[in-house]
Amino acid sequence: MLIVAASLILPAVLPPFRLNLLGRFLSLGIVALGVDLIWGYTGLLSLGQGIFFALGGYAIGMHLSLNSLEPGQLPEFFGLYGVKELPAFWQPFASPVFTLIALWTIPALVAGLLGYLVFRNRIKGVYFSILTQAALLVFFNFFNGQQRLINGTNGLKTDTARLFGELVGSDAMQRNLFWLTVLLVVAAWLLCRWLTRGRFGDALVAIRDDEPRMRFTGYNPTAYKTLVFTVAGALAGISGALYTVQSGIVSPQYMAVPFSIEMVIWVAVGGRGTLIGAVLGAVLINYAKSLISEQLPETWLFVQGALFLLVVTGLPDGLVGWWRQGGLQQLLAMLGRAPRASTYPGLDLDPAVQAEKSSFLSQRPGGEP
Amino acid sequence: MTLFLDTLFNGLAIGSVLMLAALGLAVVFGLMGVINMAHGELMMVGAYTTYVVQNLLKDGPLEALFPVYILLAIPCAFLVSGLAGLLLEKTVIRRLYGRPLETLLATWGVSLILQQFVRSVSSAFIIGLLLAVAVGLLAPRFTPAVWWRQTWTPLLRAGSWVVAVAAGVIVGSGLGAVRALHQPWFSARNIDVTAPQWLRGSIDLAGVTMPSARLFILALTALALVAVNWFLQKSAWGIRIRAVTQNRSMSSCLGIPTETVDALTFFVGSGLAGIAGVAVTLLGSVGPNLGGNYIVLAFMVVVLGGLGKLWGTVVAAFLLGIVDYVIGSGSLLLIWPTMPAALNSTITFFATTSMAKVLVFILIMVFLQFRPAGLFPQKGRMVEA
Repeated sequence: MLIVAASLILPAVLPPFRLNLLGRFLSLGIVALGVDLIWGYTGLLSLGQGIFFALGGYAIGMHLSLNSLEPGQLPEFFGLYGVKELPAFWQPFASPVFTLIALWTIPALVAGLLGYLVFRNRIKGVYFSILTQAALLVFFNFFNGQQRLINGTNGLKTDTARLFGELVGSDAMQRNLFWLTVLLVVAAWLLCRWLTRGRFGDALVAIRDDEPRMRFTGYNPTAYKTLVFTVAGALAGISGALYTVQSGIVSPQYMAVPFSIEMVIWVAVGGRGTLIGAVLGAVLINYAKSLISEQLPETWLFVQGALFLLVVTGLPDGLVGWWRQGGLQQLLAMLGRAPRASTYPGLDLDPAVQAEKSSFLSQRPGGEP
Repeated sequence: MTLFLDTLFNGLAIGSVLMLAALGLAVVFGLMGVINMAHGELMMVGAYTTYVVQNLLKDGPLEALFPVYILLAIPCAFLVSGLAGLLLEKTVIRRLYGRPLETLLATWGVSLILQQFVRSVSSAFIIGLLLAVAVGLLAPRFTPAVWWRQTWTPLLRAGSWVVAVAAGVIVGSGLGAVRALHQPWFSARNIDVTAPQWLRGSIDLAGVTMPSARLFILALTALALVAVNWFLQKSAWGIRIRAVTQNRSMSSCLGIPTETVDALTFFVGSGLAGIAGVAVTLLGSVGPNLGGNYIVLAFMVVVLGGLGKLWGTVVAAFLLGIVDYVIGSGSLLLIWPTMPAALNSTITFFATTSMAKVLVFILIMVFLQFRPAGLFPQKGRMVEA
């Protein structure tokens, strides 16, 4: 709710450039929600969300490059490679309705197919991660190598294209897109909350915590995993489309290996298994990234690497998780301000008891398999 | 026949580099189940070690050894990469055993740090880094011991490290004003290792031109393979490693120091990455991004071969090398010039280096549909297998 309030005020306060940045980062929050669904709740670490992100981006990019043309014209880059006729798979993207549907159904279908093939064989854990990364490389190399079909490395530019007769890159358009992004983030958040609250959410957590046991009680994890992976793919597609129109270009770089792993760290920093944490993490980390890259470009990789290490070793539940587990109270307790424990306050301050408690907590079942 | 031999040789040459890269992974991932995303960066460390060895020997008192510097670089790279891996194991991975996904993320962070490290390392940087580590480690020694037994000790510990890093950064950037210290050692540009004279030519055999560097890599691969196999099968520590792999708690009960075994396994695996790095330098210039090109393919080799089976890794690596070469060079067209037009255009479509990779990955995924545990799966009765 805070996000909604903030986003109502911010467009009035921030200069267009910063607003555009915030809009982009919020749209990345949607893909982070997807990552949180599959990793935070279901325990599937996908390193290939960039595929679905870029597919959504390419769908809108293709539509925009067709939309602003006179009838019979071809997008400019085709001329460079001597292509005279629009390739068949470009044709449907001239229709805005088709594009709006395709930008989330195509990623969802690809995700569903990929997920079904992988989960059917009970490939999981790190194998799943490696396979998704390999799939990412397949798509990356394909999009990168196919100059004649989708302009290869250069990608598709969208900021000079027209939507409803207005330049996509213009300030007014960007402001509208910002509203749209906020709306969709909230919608995606509600969807994810609905999914994770009920029995479906319980099933996801059961898969994460003990898949064989779930299977032995008569559930079929494959269906659940495929479904949730599909949903995450669709979310990534929407996110990619929003990100593309706000950054002005879609290129195979969206499928680069590091970008997809970065998505995981947004969720990890924000707090996996908490939906608000995913959005928060995406916005925070990306803001930090743009600030640090502006000031000291060469230190960003150090900071990012340190974040990976820190989050994994010191803050496994992320910022939101830390807050919810009473992290602030623990901090105050360290400084000598004892929280009012209901039974025996001295226990909360005794280092020996705390060490015992934390070792007990770390041994409880339900960690990563 | 010549074409067949040519394909075989080139495929083996590609496969041998893959094999070297995957061998270390097969040890670390196959035996310990630890995903080390920094493996590619350990290869890069090996490659840079080769570069340093070459420059040290190029002019100076040891110039007589220059023709064989590459042979000297192999043990050096093994040691440097191995020690880097050992440090990684002792500081990070040790805390994460049994949590493979977390290990994956943490080692990815390490790989980012290593990449940027070789780009920006300079004398000033090193002095700052050493200072930070020294201050951080020595802080508990030179402050009252009572401080380290309080409820706020965790805060103090974190705070002392923050101060240490800040001190390191300040000193490092202060020294950076001195030009001689500011000069980066490697910078972000690619470095070139010139192969020694005796590795530059090529040998013709039965109509196939074999570059000596490729032959050298093949020989190195064979040697590394034999050595690793001997180490794991025959040496006392190798047997301990296999025992711990099979049953950790039982090995521990029988008096095998499992922590030392873990560290040793990681040392050997990382050292093998260093040797792979030496081999890679012979194929062209190398840069900080070297690791990313090999890591995924190397993982695919290990998965395809089946975990814990050295033999599977060998077969998978050479198979991938040959398939990759056959597709990428389009040599099927030469063998069968009169094939149907549709097939012909399909093969031409994939006959570039990047598209060959696309097809190879797709083939691997299709293969794993039928044999999810790889070519040579381990037999077991676990549900999780």
